[in-house]
Amino acid sequence: MNEPLYTSTNPTLRERLRGFVNSFGLPRLIIAAFLLMLYIAAPFVGAGFWMQISNTINRFSWNAIMVLAMVPMIHSGCGLNFGLPLGIISGLLGATLSIEFGFTGGMSFLMAILIATPIAIVLGAGYGWLLNKIKGGEMMIATYVGFSSVSFMCMLWLLLPYHSPTMVWGFAGKGLRTTISLEGFYDKVLANFLQINIGSLSIPTGTLLFFALLAFAMWAFLHTKTGTAMTAVGSNPTFARAAGVNVDKMRLLSVVISTWLAAIGILVYEQGFGFIQLYMAPFYMALPAVSAILIGGASVNKASIANVIIGTFLFQGIVTMTPTVMNNMIHMDMSEVIRVVASQGMILYALTRKTEASK
Amino acid sequence: MKNKSFGTKLLTFVRDNTVPIMFVLICVFCIPLSGFSFSYLLNEIITRMGRNIFLILALLIPIMSGMGLNFGMTLGAMAGEIALIFVSDWQIWGIPGVILAMILSIPISVLLGAFCGKILNMAKGREMITSYIISFFMNGIYQLIVLYMMGSIIPIKHFSVKLPRGYGIRNTVSLLNMRQCLDNLLAVRVGGVKIPVLTFLIIGVLCLFIVWFRKTKLGQDMRAVGQDMNVARDAGINVERTRIISIIISTVLAGFGMVIYLQNMGNIATYSSHSQIGMFCIAALLVGGASVDKASIGNVFLGVILFHTMFIVAPKAGAQITGDSMIGEYFRVFVSYGVITLSLIMYETKKRRQKSQMGLQLQQEQMEEAAK
Repeated sequence: MNEPLYTSTNPTLRERLRGFVNSFGLPRLIIAAFLLMLYIAAPFVGAGFWMQISNTINRFSWNAIMVLAMVPMIHSGCGLNFGLPLGIISGLLGATLSIEFGFTGGMSFLMAILIATPIAIVLGAGYGWLLNKIKGGEMMIATYVGFSSVSFMCMLWLLLPYHSPTMVWGFAGKGLRTTISLEGFYDKVLANFLQINIGSLSIPTGTLLFFALLAFAMWAFLHTKTGTAMTAVGSNPTFARAAGVNVDKMRLLSVVISTWLAAIGILVYEQGFGFIQLYMAPFYMALPAVSAILIGGASVNKASIANVIIGTFLFQGIVTMTPTVMNNMIHMDMSEVIRVVASQGMILYALTRKTEASK
Repeated sequence: MKNKSFGTKLLTFVRDNTVPIMFVLICVFCIPLSGFSFSYLLNEIITRMGRNIFLILALLIPIMSGMGLNFGMTLGAMAGEIALIFVSDWQIWGIPGVILAMILSIPISVLLGAFCGKILNMAKGREMITSYIISFFMNGIYQLIVLYMMGSIIPIKHFSVKLPRGYGIRNTVSLLNMRQCLDNLLAVRVGGVKIPVLTFLIIGVLCLFIVWFRKTKLGQDMRAVGQDMNVARDAGINVERTRIISIIISTVLAGFGMVIYLQNMGNIATYSSHSQIGMFCIAALLVGGASVDKASIGNVFLGVILFHTMFIVAPKAGAQITGDSMIGEYFRVFVSYGVITLSLIMYETKKRRQKSQMGLQLQQEQMEEAAK
């Protein structure tokens, strides 16, 4: 009796394992295992475990919203938003204008969001309109829209009439600096809210709550009528059109939301980091966000909030852990190489999936 | 009547050549502002033509086989750099060094090209973004090899190449003993303008090769694949293999191009020389009036001249207008990216327009294909 049972369960177990690997994706598994190994190795090589954990959580809180910005466009079938820098620019405009108008402290953060919002909506609408014109080639054009807008803004940062002495070059009296300190403005304004400190572990509760709020709002939105229609557009545009959904309008809406979230995302990033980075800094910011959500289990046309959370945690874990742990382990700073290979490899993997590339 | 037809003709001409016309206007506007002398400009442009044309020509073959702009040409550039690092470690200089570097780059390029082609075959329809990400991915691997494995696993001896810590390659590798050896051999001076005849001869040979290649069986196959993959497959062409070969050829040519480029520059910025190459070459090609699915040798030459004229005069002209030299620097970066964006948009809209014009039958076919 036992024998046939054994032989019949054995293949199913193996199949189940293979099915799990297939559905989860081999690269994801490798990355997760690698991170686990880093955490296990951390105490042995003298890198404080709790310190590493709080670093990871901190970086998670800075970056999560920019990863969340990927979700709406993936849902509406616009693919991965390589044009994230456009939203980042709206955020940067909000930040610099808020400081220029003389707001300080927590108020400057609020005003930065308020100023960035209309800019993000206008830019996002234009960007969405463009992406509707070029359905099928979104990702490549998105990349270059991001690049051209960043390089265009490089000129504007120099030319716009900013005067606040905290932001412009001291000797010239005009043109914004490449990095602007946020001390006295909204440096750590969210992170310090209800911050928890236990020994060397510190948790930026405020930032996490802010992310949770936005993530919940996104989740709720995706379950409204409009949100469901958006998902329908992404999974089957022909069917959606037949069901009376305005495909172009849904795509436009998703792009606007994504751009706005990117703007908020960069502001949250700045409050954690403590500096505004201008000029070429936003140039490659889309790639970490893209690879984070893919590592979290999303594909080119499917993403959930869980993907965002898992992905950001894994990605930022690798970013924070590799320099310290690898350095202590083999006395070589290979973190840059590992990060590039892991993140770009993940994007490549997602782009080459046949099942995911059926659109 | 005749006038009107001329008008419409002019309109179509302008519409088909928006980007080159725009660039001619920019150049005409900026040249007098920059205040450069004519002979200086001519000299610079001829130098840059010799430096860049070979690299840009490497882009033509993947366009022919319908794979779009090959952002993966960076891979070839990396192969060329690795070859040059070896050659300068062995201290082989001058023309023999250049030739040896080219020969050495071939196996590396073929390997990388085959890898790139395989992956692009798995991502049909999104080749450009995939090749773009491949270039980033390979940059990571390149760093791993050059920064950590060279000197520790791969034997590198010479102190001028190796980092003092014992492994890894220095940030810049000097090619002083090789500098412009190709350009100076047989160089002709005409009224203060140096013409690197040998480099142009090599470029001429490559142009002839491309013209000849288009007429061969393989070249015809590539064009067929570029037109329609399914039809080509029905006609008995091995589509996957043809596409891989086209990428391999492009990568090998890019490797040669990089060797020519670097012997002209006189040093290798080990970790950054290749990173911008793809972008500038593609921008130059598009400025010459090429598009994602159509490019000719003429586009390459016109593109190099227009793009690099803009590149030389923009910083000076920008400084004249705004009083800040950085504006011009940013302006030329913006224009490079803007041109690529604009060309991609024009290509996609054109493709969509054609698609909608092709009528119901094709739509049905496409729906069937999508259902698959």
